[in-house]
Amino acid sequence: MSRPHDMGGRYGDGPVVPEEEGTVFHADWHKRALAITLASAAHGAWNIDVSRHARERLAPMDYTRFSYYEKWMAGLADLLVEAKLVSREELAGQAPAPSPSADKTLKAAAVPAVLAAGGPADRPSDVAPEFQPGDAVRTRRLAANALVDGGHTRLPRYAAGATGHVVRYHGTHILPDSSAHRLGDAAEPLYAVAFPASELWAHPEHPRDEVVLDLWQSYLAPA
Amino acid sequence: MPHDDPDHPHSLLPPDPALRVKALETILTQKGLIDPAALDVIIDTYENKIGPRNGAHVVARAWRDPAFKAALLEDATAVVSELGYYGRQGEHMVAVENTANVHNMVVCTLCSCYPWPLLGIPPGWYKSDAYRARAVREPRAVLADFGVTLPEDTAVRVWDSTAEVRYLVVPERPADSDGMDEAALMDMVTRDSMIGTGLALPVERSAP
Repeated sequence: MSRPHDMGGRYGDGPVVPEEEGTVFHADWHKRALAITLASAAHGAWNIDVSRHARERLAPMDYTRFSYYEKWMAGLADLLVEAKLVSREELAGQAPAPSPSADKTLKAAAVPAVLAAGGPADRPSDVAPEFQPGDAVRTRRLAANALVDGGHTRLPRYAAGATGHVVRYHGTHILPDSSAHRLGDAAEPLYAVAFPASELWAHPEHPRDEVVLDLWQSYLAPA
Repeated sequence: MPHDDPDHPHSLLPPDPALRVKALETILTQKGLIDPAALDVIIDTYENKIGPRNGAHVVARAWRDPAFKAALLEDATAVVSELGYYGRQGEHMVAVENTANVHNMVVCTLCSCYPWPLLGIPPGWYKSDAYRARAVREPRAVLADFGVTLPEDTAVRVWDSTAEVRYLVVPERPADSDGMDEAALMDMVTRDSMIGTGLALPVERSAP
């Protein structure tokens, strides 16, 4: 049931290597990869949850060996074929045919407005909030998508079956577990939930440390 | 739609990353699905226009103006929007304040979520397996990698960005910075201090 992107708490990755503030991109192809990904997304053929899941369902060997923007490129190529914007034959080298979707392509003049508009994830919902700040809650025992076997979820394994308390209510947001599989927005209440480090780790660094996660109401039960 | 395709189409592209990107860009351009001029505008935006000086502006203002800080901690999205810092990957902002009692630190263990309109594109280490894996379990050991040691009685609160909410850390204001203007204060606010892997720079005591 696990996928390699769910790495919070994992051992063996070595030191974190700080870097200076000035360098935004470390290679020319990194900036092209970013720009191609954002420009392709402007066709509206997928949402952010679908695109995250496309990276997460890369073969574990690929996810692990690919650098950050390689994951983006691989996920994008897979999505372009799924969305029928590009064919497998074209990826393999056949001469590209003009696309019927070309009239919707993001133009340079529209870029600032598109980036400034963003893509808010809050939506109206009929689901009433069951919890409020201060309430004790427990997460699902398994960090699994309840709708789709092996599907996308935003509950990390390290926080499954853990007890914490609500520290903030964020309003009602699109449920990624549904949205990533094109099953609808299914918006529901979203909360920031704080867990004592001792609830998550066998050897917490400090008795007062906490980890806070943003979790949807359906991930939670009263505790 | 099946969510696992054992025959990943991406493997049809050249394996070398730079060639792979070039091939994809060429295909998409020839199909008319991307506009090369639009790519240039996107790159220029994140390379030259949007970056951590936006966040530093917000923090310096919060240090100088208690009412602004109170509003920021209450509803950061509204406050940063008024400054023109709303946008992609910053649609739902929350600001968290460091104090003598609590040090906040931000990570995204599942991918690399980051407040783009305030801090720009995340640094390499933020996207690394090491940071994503370790920040939640051993934040103090990660801070040591950045040369930061916290007082023993300061608790660490790590925010794992699992939804579309993006977090900005308001670092502690350096001692002896009373009366400094906004520009001088902004210079003390590093990118890392707004992620929580660093502290604001100290006042230069040896200034002429």
